[in-house]
Amino acid sequence: MFTEMIPEIGHYALVIGLLMAAVQTLAPLAGATMRKPLWMAYGLPMAAGQFLFVAIAYACLTTSYMLDDFSVANVANNSNSLLPWYYKFSAVWGNHEGSVLLWSLMLAGWSFVAALFSRNLPRDMVARVIGVMGAVCVGFLLFILMTSNPFERLLPGIPQDGADLNPLLQDFGLVVHPPMLYMGYVGFSVVFAFAIAALLGGRLDSAWTRWARPWCNVAWAFLTVGIALGSWWAYYELGWGGWWFWDPVENASLLPWLTGTALIHSLAVTEKRGSFKSWTVLLAIATFSLSLMGTFLVRSGVLTSVHAFANDPSRGFFILMLLAITVAISLFIFALRAPRVSHQVGFSWLSRDSLLLINNILLVIMTVTVLLGTLYPLILDSLNLGKISVGPPYFNALFVPLTVIMSIFMGMGPVSRWKRMPGKEIYKRLWLSAVAAVVIGALIPVFYGPEWNVWVALGMIVALWIVIPMLRDIFDKVRHASSFMAGIKKLSYPYWGMVLGHLGVAVTIVGVAVVSNYNLERNVRMSPGTSVELGGYTFTMTELTERRGANFLADTSIINVQRGDGRNFIMRPEKRLYLATGMPMTQVALRPGFFRDLYVAMGEDLGDGSWAMRIQFKPMVRWLWLGGVNGCGRPSGRGR
Amino acid sequence: MNRRVLLFLPLLGFIGLAVFFYYGLGQDPSYRDSALMTREFPAFEASTLEDPERQVDESLLTGAITLVNVWGEWCPACKQEMPQLLDLADRGIRMVGINYRDTREKGREFLDEFGNPFEVNIFDPEGDLGFDLGVYGAPETFLVDAQGVIRYHHTGYISPEDVRNTLLPEVEKWR
Repeated sequence: MFTEMIPEIGHYALVIGLLMAAVQTLAPLAGATMRKPLWMAYGLPMAAGQFLFVAIAYACLTTSYMLDDFSVANVANNSNSLLPWYYKFSAVWGNHEGSVLLWSLMLAGWSFVAALFSRNLPRDMVARVIGVMGAVCVGFLLFILMTSNPFERLLPGIPQDGADLNPLLQDFGLVVHPPMLYMGYVGFSVVFAFAIAALLGGRLDSAWTRWARPWCNVAWAFLTVGIALGSWWAYYELGWGGWWFWDPVENASLLPWLTGTALIHSLAVTEKRGSFKSWTVLLAIATFSLSLMGTFLVRSGVLTSVHAFANDPSRGFFILMLLAITVAISLFIFALRAPRVSHQVGFSWLSRDSLLLINNILLVIMTVTVLLGTLYPLILDSLNLGKISVGPPYFNALFVPLTVIMSIFMGMGPVSRWKRMPGKEIYKRLWLSAVAAVVIGALIPVFYGPEWNVWVALGMIVALWIVIPMLRDIFDKVRHASSFMAGIKKLSYPYWGMVLGHLGVAVTIVGVAVVSNYNLERNVRMSPGTSVELGGYTFTMTELTERRGANFLADTSIINVQRGDGRNFIMRPEKRLYLATGMPMTQVALRPGFFRDLYVAMGEDLGDGSWAMRIQFKPMVRWLWLGGVNGCGRPSGRGR
Repeated sequence: MNRRVLLFLPLLGFIGLAVFFYYGLGQDPSYRDSALMTREFPAFEASTLEDPERQVDESLLTGAITLVNVWGEWCPACKQEMPQLLDLADRGIRMVGINYRDTREKGREFLDEFGNPFEVNIFDPEGDLGFDLGVYGAPETFLVDAQGVIRYHHTGYISPEDVRNTLLPEVEKWR
C-alpha cells in the first residue's frame, strides 16, 4: 500500500526541493546585498533541506527500480525483472531522466557541503556562494520537473515486464563512470560560485582563490578519474580495443578538464602572486560553462554520438535556455565587475609566473582546438556550407604537437622560481636532466618493442623530461634535511599534489605513445583446434560452448593461451544475446597486465562452426588510465 | 581601447555560440545526419538473399522510386516495423531490403515468420554496403528516386505515424 505511493512521494520531494532551492537562492543573495544577517542565515539550512529532499526523491526512484515498479515509465523503459539488483541500482542513471536527477542530487550535495565547510569564511561571501549554487540547483530542478520527470506513470496499461537496460550499460564501468564524471562536472560549480560571489562582492583579492582552490582540486580529481574510467570502459566494453574516439561526448568531458587544468594553475598564480585575477575568474566561469555545455550537447541531440540520450527538442531548448541564462549572466557580471586595470605584478620572462602563463595559453589553445573540432560540423551545417564530420586525424594532428610543447614547459615549471629566475640558473638545473631524458628516451625503444619507433622515442623523452627534473628537485629539497624521511615530511601537501599530477601526465603519455605504436592486432577465422600466434603468445581455441546468464544467452569460446615460457591460461570471450532487447553484445576477454594486455573479442559467427576473432596485444595500455588514477592524489594538494 | 569593452568579448563570443546551438536545435539530427542526401546510391555488387547465384548492383535501384530498408534477423525493431513495411508495399511502393550482418538462413527464417514486403533482398553479411551508406544500425530506410538518387533517410523504427506523416508524403514528393 505504501510502496504504491513511492513515485508520488519522490515527485513531491522534488517539488519541495525546488522550493527550498529557490529560498536558498533568493534569501542569502538579497541578504548579502542589503546586509541582513538573518536573511543570509537561511543559506545553510536551506541547502541542507534541499539536499535532503532531492536525496529522498532519488531514493524513491531507486526503490521503484529495486521493486520492479513497471508502472513508472522510466523503470519500464530501462529495467527488467531479470536484471541483477546492482544493475537495477545503476540503471537509475543509465537514462536521461535518472541521470539528471543524479546530477541534481550531486549539485545539492556539493552546495550543502560547500555551505558546511565555509562557515568560517566572511558571512556575505558564504551567503553569495550558497545563493549562486542554489540558483544553479533551481535551474536543474525546474528542468527535471518541467521536461524530464522520472516519476511519470504508465497508467492504466502497466507493462508486464520492462524493456531492459541497454546491454552496453550492464557493466561495472557504467556503475562508476557517470557518477565520477558528474561529481567532477558539478564540483566545478563550487569554484564557479566562489568566482561569481567574489565578483558580486567586489572582493577580487587573493582570498577567494585560497578558498576556492581545494574545491577546484577535488572537482578536477573526480573529473580526471571519470574521464579515465570512461576511456577504460570504452576499451573493454565496445569490443574493438580503442580507448579514445574523439567522440563529441568524450570531447565534451575533455573541454572542462582542459580549462579546469588551466584553472588549477591560474588559481595558484593568483593566490601566490596576486596576478591573473580577471583571467582566473574567467576560467572558473568557462570551466563550469563548458560542463553545462557538455550536458546540453549530450541531451539535446544537436550532435550525434554513441553516448547521446534519446533526444527531444523541448528538452534541448530548455537546457539551451538554462545554459544561455547561466553563462550570459555570469559573463555579464564578469564584464561589469572584473578589475578594470589589472593590478600589475611584474615578472620576468624567465619565471614560474611566465611558465604558468604559457601553460594557460597552451591549454586554452587545446580547448579551442577541441571545441572547434566538435562544433565545426554543426556550424558549417547551420551556415548551409555542407555536411562534414571531423575525425581523429584532425584532433591527433593538433593535439599531439600541442601536448609535446606543453610537456617541454612542464619539465621546467616545477624547478622554476616565482617572479624572476636567471637563465643561467635554469640551464644549470636542467641541462643534465635534458641530456638524460633524450638519451634514455631514445634508447628505450631500442630494447623494448619490435623495432625502434620515433614516436615512442618522442613519448619517452617527453615523459622523462617531465619526471627527471621533478625527481631531481625532490632530491635537492630532501638532501639538506637531517634524514631522508624528515626531508620528505617537510615537503608540503600542495607540492605532492603537483608531483602526482605531473607524474600522472607523464605516465599517460608513455601509455599513449607505446600502445599507439606497438599495438599488435590480428583478425582471424578460428574454430576449435585453430592456433594463432601474436606477440609471443599462442592462442588456441579449444572449445565453443553456450551458456545462459541471468538475462542473456552467450556463445563462449574457450581460448587456451600459451606463453613463451610454456605456462598457459584460459581466456573466455563471449558473444551475448540479451533476451529482453534482442541486442547482441561482444564480451571481450581481457588478460590485463602492467606491461601488456591481451585482448580477445568474438566477431561474427561465420557458420560452419568457426568465428571471426579479433586478437590484440596491447603493450602498456594500463598506463593510460594509471596516469588518470594518479590524478586522485591531487586533492591532497589542497592549498594551505 | 577601453579595457571595459574588452571584458565584454567573452560574452559576445558565447552569444555567437548560443545562436549556432539554437539553429542546431531546430534541425532534426537524424535527418541532418544523413550526409548522403541527394547523393547517388553508392555503387555495390552483391548477391541476393534469395539466390546466392544472382548478382545485383546499383542499377537495381533505378527505374522506379524505391524504399530501401536495412534489416537483420538479430534486430528487434526490424520485427516491429514489418507490418508498416508490408503496408507500404501494399500501397504499391517498390521495396528492396538490405539483409545486414546476417546469415542467409536466419534472414530467410525472418521473412518466413514476419512476411516479405521486399521485391528482392541484397545480401550484405559483412556490412560493406551498410558502411558505404553510413548505416549506424538497423533498421534504417532510404528513399531512392527513379534516377538512383537518395532523397530521404529515416533512421530507426518506422511507426504507423511515420508512414502516414513522412514516408508517404516523401514518396509522393519524389515520384
